[in-house]
Formats: sequence, C-alpha cells, structure tokens
Amino acid sequence: MPEFLKPRRLLVAGQLLLTLALVAFMVVPVVMSVMAGLTVNYFRGVSSGLTLKWLEQVWAMYQGSVWLSIEIALATLAITLAIGVPAAYALARSNTRWARFVEELLVLPIALPGLATALALLSVYGGWSAFRSSMWFIVAGHVVFTLPFMVRSVAAVCAGTDLRTMEEGAASLGASFTQRFLTIVLPNARPGIVAGALAVLTLSIGEFNLTWMLHTPDTKTLPVGLADAYASMRLEVGSAYTILFLLMTLPLLIAMQWLGVDPVGAQSARAAAKRKRALSKSSAPEQQPLTQPVETAR
Amino acid sequence: MQDSTFSTRARVFLLAPALAVFCAFWLLPLVALLQASAVPDAFTAYREVLTNARYLHSLLATVALSLAVTAATLVLSTITGLFLARRELPAKRLLVALLTFPLAFPGVVVGFMVIMLAGRQGLIGAISTRLTGDRWVFAYSLSGLFLGYLYFSIPRVIVTVMAAATKLDASLEEAARSLGASPWRIFIDVIMPALMPALIAAGAVCFATAMGAFGTAFTLATDLDVLPMTIYTEFTLNANLATAAALSIVLGLVTWAVLAVARSLTGATVAATA
Repeated sequence: MPEFLKPRRLLVAGQLLLTLALVAFMVVPVVMSVMAGLTVNYFRGVSSGLTLKWLEQVWAMYQGSVWLSIEIALATLAITLAIGVPAAYALARSNTRWARFVEELLVLPIALPGLATALALLSVYGGWSAFRSSMWFIVAGHVVFTLPFMVRSVAAVCAGTDLRTMEEGAASLGASFTQRFLTIVLPNARPGIVAGALAVLTLSIGEFNLTWMLHTPDTKTLPVGLADAYASMRLEVGSAYTILFLLMTLPLLIAMQWLGVDPVGAQSARAAAKRKRALSKSSAPEQQPLTQPVETAR
Repeated sequence: MQDSTFSTRARVFLLAPALAVFCAFWLLPLVALLQASAVPDAFTAYREVLTNARYLHSLLATVALSLAVTAATLVLSTITGLFLARRELPAKRLLVALLTFPLAFPGVVVGFMVIMLAGRQGLIGAISTRLTGDRWVFAYSLSGLFLGYLYFSIPRVIVTVMAAATKLDASLEEAARSLGASPWRIFIDVIMPALMPALIAAGAVCFATAMGAFGTAFTLATDLDVLPMTIYTEFTLNANLATAAALSIVLGLVTWAVLAVARSLTGATVAATA
C-alpha cells in the first residue's frame, strides 16, 4: 500500500532535508573560514592559490594572546578545582536547607550576563591598578563564571554515589578524614571532575563577554584578539586566526564528544534533577543509591 | 540524623574557600554595581531606563529578538533532534558530531561565521548575485544577529532534545497507536508532553543567552540596538556608569527571572553561557 505510506515518506524526507540543511548551516561557514584563512586572496577565490602566510602573520602578531589564554585557562582550572571540588562534595553530602541555599548562591553567577559581572568587578577593583592590569583580574572573572559548572558537575556525581556508606565503612576501619577524601571521594568523583574540568577549560578559552571589559592592552586573550582581528584586519587574517582558535579548542572538543560532556550543563542539569527527585523521595539517602545507577558523565 | 563521617567543622572548612571567592568577586561587586546604579538617588537611573525611548526601545528589541530566536531554535531543533534520536540513519554519529561541534564557539567566532554566510564577501551574497543579480548582505543588522544566535543555540537545544527523546516511553506511543491515534495526535498528545520539561529548560537558556550575549553583536556591528551593546556604549563612550549599571541590573533580573521560572516549572538547573 504505497499510497497509504506516501505522506509519511514525505514527512521523513522533510525531516531529513531539514537536518541536512542544519548540518550545512553549522558546517559550511566553518569550512569557508578555514579556506579563507588558507587562500592567497579570498575575493579572487581558491584559484589565487593556497598559502600559509596568513597563519604565519597571525602567529607573529597574536601568539601572545594564545599563550595568555592558555595561562588564564589553566589558572582558572587550578582554582576551580581547588575550591570547587571540596565545595561540591560538601554540598552533595549535606541535605540541609542551608546547603541548598549555598548551592543556589554559588550558581547565581551564570544567570547574570557576563557584561554585568564585568561592570560589577570593575566598579570594585577597577581602581586597584596592580590587580586591574594583571592577568589575575581576568582569572577572577573566569573563576566566578566557571565555578558553578565545576561545582554542579562534581556535586551531581557525588550525589549519585553512596559516598556516606563507603566513608562509614572506611571510618570504621580507622581511616581519617583526609584519607577518606583522597582515597574514596576523589576517585569516585572523577567522572564529574573530568567533565567539569573540560567545561571550565572550554569556557575560559572562549570567554569574551567578561573578558572584553576586563582586559587591558597587555592582557589580550584569544577571543579579544579575535574580535580585534575581525574588526581591523582583512578577512584572510581573521580567518587564519579562527583556524588557530579551532586548532586550540579541537582537542577539548574531541575529548568532550568522547566523554559525552556538554559545556551547556544539560548533562549536570539532568543529574541535578534526578538528585532532587531522589532526595525528595527518601529522607534516608542511604537507601536509594544501591538500586539507582551511578550518574556519571556517560 | 547524625552523620558520623562528616562533621560540621569539615563542612565549613570545605565550603569556605568557594564561598569566600564568591563573596569577594561576585557578591561584593554586585552590591557595588547596585550602589553605582543608585546615583544620585535610588530611582533616577531606573526611571530613565523605563522612560527614555532609546533605552526602552533597546530593551524591547532585545526581548523580541530573543523570543524570535528561542521560538525558531525550538522548532528547528525539536524536528531535527527527534529525527536523529528516533531513527536509524547511516552516519548518524557523524551528523550529530557535525551539528554539535560548534557548541563551544564563543560569540565572537559565531559572529564571524555569520559574516562568512551573510557578510559583504559572504556565501549568501554570492549565490543571490548569481541568481537574482542582487547581493544580499544582512550580516551587520538584527537579521544577522538573529542568524548568529540561531547558530549559537541550535547545537545546544538539539543535544537537550536528543537526550530527552531517548528517554521517551515507547509503550505509551504503542498504546496510543493501538487505540487508533494518528501520528500527528501521538506527536501532540504523547511525545510533546514528555519533551516539554526539556524544551522549557532549553528555551529558557536560549532566551537568557540571547538576551545577554555580547560577542556576536560586537563582531557584527557596534551600533546594533540591543541591550548589551547599549550598556557597553553607555559605559565606554558616554562614561555613564549609573545608567550602564541600572541597565545591567535590569538585564540580569530578566535573565535570572526567566531561568528561575523555567527551573520551577521543570525542576532542573539551567544555565546560560554565551
């Protein structure tokens, strides 16, 4: 009965077409940009020849921004790890109203647009020129903005694991708090820590909204340099710079695809929702995790 | 309920560093921003925001643009996300990877992608010149910004829709089908209600991101009349900190409220990233 099937066929064909159109929408400009960065004259097209000279020019002009972005991203990661992981663990292990309140507070910065956060930071620390002109001013902004992603990612994994029972077992065998934190909490929270770290690095390297307001001529990061090049350089140079950015973020993107992490936080949001439901279902959390699968970053 | 392995002292000790950083670099600055917006008195700047035609227009234009982006993204991503999640396709993983890899692009790069498509030397212009003789260039306007936010949001929403679609209960659809429901009815009465929480959450993030995003507009044209650009202009060109602060606070309140409403509707934590 092909007549009967026809409308459905059309529907599927329509969906397929739309999907392919969206793929083209996402991919075509990236391919064009890569090509533009490698051609001698984009206006005349690829026939003008391929060259690496734009990449060399960009590297000569902007390599400082690449290193600075890497430094800032690593510093941001180190700080969010040092303060975020313990906080996430403490929040996941606490079931009080107070802990939920603190969790809400810590997540607030992502609800505020980066521009507003930057203005706020400037109005307090703008006059402190030693801090203002160092890269640590940008790091401070990035830490505040990325900390929620680390905390949520780690807290979601911690809450999905029955840490309390394991820790009680270890404590009964004489393990100290530090021993338990190092040998039980950290290994169990690892998927969350890895996911959070990838999100923090990606967000920090790509951050512009805050950074544009916080940067000084001496502290130009990669996205700031990109905006600069887009505004004032020829298209080929901007494209070559974009290639540089793609090459830098590619390893992070591949790692995230591999581990199924998304920097938007949809993953941890689902985990948080699950945890919320689990918490409201039973006031005795030691009963549920045995039957529930451990929520990891896939 | 005594927790023998986790003392209050340990809790405070573990939470204190994160809270200290939060207070020093977010809470205190935000209070200072509130103070800055209250010059010369508490209401002048806010009254100006709501009565000055330019600010009001910029606020409304931003809201309208964000709503349009959210609606378009939700429709396109739901169709594609459902299609990819529920059908066996050759090279499905590749399609998903291609659709989601621009997820980590910052706003500035997204702006450049729009220039590649619809700018002076863009693809759309080249095609339209060949077909109609007219060069269509709309990157440096609100339409370009719309395209950019679409580019930015589609990967995010597709990821969310696909995740929600894989959790749909197939037995409900079978039951509906066995009772004689048409595919359209099944879509409206079975699939959509199950997807709703994910769509609300994703839509809120999409809206909040479009409201607050700055990089894409900055790359496309510095005279675009959207709220973040207005704040930027007030602060840098006009050195009008009180108005810039008041506009920032209004913007923050709008995005925070949208995210909070979405969260109370769905129970999930949602976040804006731009």
